[in-house]
Amino acid sequence: MTTLTKEAGAPTPAGAGPLLSVRDLHVSFKTEDGIVRAVDGLSFDLERGRTLGIVGESGSGKSVTNLTILGLHNPMFTTVEGEILLDGRELTTARESELEKLRGNKVAMIFQDPLTALSPYYTVGRQIAEPYMKHNGASKKEAWQRAVEMLGKVGIPNPVERAKDYPHQFSGGMRQRAMIAMALVCDPDLLIADEPTTALDVTVQAQILDLLKDLQQEFGSGIIFITHDLGVIADMADDIMVMYAGGAVERGTTGEVLRAPRHPYTWGLLNSMPRLDSDLGAPLSPIPGSPPSLLTPPSGCRFHPRCTFQDRVEGTGRCVRERPLLAPDRASACHLTADQKRTIFIEEIKPRLG
Amino acid sequence: MLRFLVRRFIGAVVILFLLSMVTFVLFFGVPRDPALLMCGKTCNPDSIANIHHVLGLDKPITEQYGIFLHNLVMGSDQFAQGPCPAPCFGYSYHTNEAVWGTLMDRLPTTVSLTLGAAVCFLLVGLGTGLLAAWRRGTLIDKTATAGAMVISALQIYFLGPLALAILVYQTHWFDKPAYNPVSQSPVSWFTGLIIPWVVLSTIFAAQYTRMARSSMIEQLQEEHVRTARAKGMSRAYVFFRYAWRGSLIPIVTIFGIDLGSLFGGAIITEYTFSLPGLGQLAVQSVFFSDLPLLLGVMLFSASMILLFNIIVDALYAFIDPRVRLS
Repeated sequence: MTTLTKEAGAPTPAGAGPLLSVRDLHVSFKTEDGIVRAVDGLSFDLERGRTLGIVGESGSGKSVTNLTILGLHNPMFTTVEGEILLDGRELTTARESELEKLRGNKVAMIFQDPLTALSPYYTVGRQIAEPYMKHNGASKKEAWQRAVEMLGKVGIPNPVERAKDYPHQFSGGMRQRAMIAMALVCDPDLLIADEPTTALDVTVQAQILDLLKDLQQEFGSGIIFITHDLGVIADMADDIMVMYAGGAVERGTTGEVLRAPRHPYTWGLLNSMPRLDSDLGAPLSPIPGSPPSLLTPPSGCRFHPRCTFQDRVEGTGRCVRERPLLAPDRASACHLTADQKRTIFIEEIKPRLG
Repeated sequence: MLRFLVRRFIGAVVILFLLSMVTFVLFFGVPRDPALLMCGKTCNPDSIANIHHVLGLDKPITEQYGIFLHNLVMGSDQFAQGPCPAPCFGYSYHTNEAVWGTLMDRLPTTVSLTLGAAVCFLLVGLGTGLLAAWRRGTLIDKTATAGAMVISALQIYFLGPLALAILVYQTHWFDKPAYNPVSQSPVSWFTGLIIPWVVLSTIFAAQYTRMARSSMIEQLQEEHVRTARAKGMSRAYVFFRYAWRGSLIPIVTIFGIDLGSLFGGAIITEYTFSLPGLGQLAVQSVFFSDLPLLLGVMLFSASMILLFNIIVDALYAFIDPRVRLS
């Protein structure tokens, strides 16, 4: 079974339902210019041991969604509506002290740039040991041993000595390994990886991805993998959710979404990817226009100002007036009919992808 | 670390050397003759020439500077007033007392004033700043920020006389500011300095409040602070262990500069409260064109600033491991 949306209903009892279930999530920030709707009606599920890839441009709401799961948004400026259920437990209304017990313990996060995400003032070993002490009540010595063990597990040579080093003494790839060790030290059920390989060079990137896959096998965590790199997601994810302007526009298994995408935005993403076997002189074809302002999002379908297919939709101006809904399971939020989507992809998009 | 310190100390000596040279040149560049101030009513060309000769001012400026350096390092017994062991700045034109001795007499006043005020403004300023950052955006924060803004716009020569008028002369709640050596009577040392401490530290505390607040808020937005929160560490733990550590760098930097310049003499504060410290001495030396005293005060104050600069640089290494290794 894939990790697709079911009908929102009564909260599922712990252990039975999906590991993580997000229902109609709305997150908005108060700014000086007005209210920014960073996440606007998002729903998805994640089963244990599976990987959900979230793809989208900067500002599509993918990082905000995940910070909100951890409750790391600033409560003074942020309004959160909807449900986030972890093992059937509601997180949006949970107290700060409860969330603290979950963070780093049940839900851990890996950030994009391990250089800025690790504190320069403390040793790598200490930073890994800290959450273990806090969540497992371990002594300093036990926690340090566990940190060394974890550093070994993520493939740091000579972990006993390297644990005493500071992050700046590590290379970029090793820092990200240390970050992963820190995230996994308490054996979390859910791991959120926010563009964990963007700051790394390509060979190191491949190593880190392999490491994450191996560790997932061992720890059985569910992973939310955020990226804008479709190549990485094809490698990592079981399922894909494509986000645009604060909402999901398409979802399905990785094979479904990458081989037979059904949303014009996904087509655009695939189209704008450079290929090794294409002519050197062939220009990239970017999606026209730029991501919309979330202060004043476009009416109707959020993607319509950039969409080249809107005139094929039945009923003039429907894309401008009416916001397409994302059905449960394999689906895309677009007014084109299923037949149109299939035909357009096969006849117009696929040939260009080579 | 040791090599670093040695290098810094050598650099400081070079700076002091250049500074003494500049002071010398400037002193003789100013059209003001100390002999005129000294000879009083009986001034005539002969007596002025005589004074010049006695003070050594008739020699070429390079030779005078050579003598000054020699005396400073080796001491001298050429002075009519008596022997002058190194570091010898000579004798004051105005008071006829040994400059080094005068400096050492005045130092305890300045040190007492500075240390007492520093303790107050660090505790109050950093405490308020941290509280404001912790409660960012609340009424507490807004009050602290606005208050600090207003107070740091005040000046000692406004706040000082105001405090004197109300707290000393009208209500008689406090003693008139004075310096009593702590070795003689700790109580009167304390009561004599409390008003200067409060006034001086109020203005500094306001600046430290603003600095601590903005520095903490900046640090709290760092990604590694967010990481620490994401792994479940409590807000207080992250605040004091992660954000505070990073905020220390700018705070220590400014504190070093402030402490160094206060040890060189808090001129306005000492004048406002008639405290006989180094700052008063500095003004006096300029007023009386008193070259030996001027050089003494200048070089002493500069040494203090340079010394605290070196201390601050050494402290960086304790705060930030990245500095330690490079």
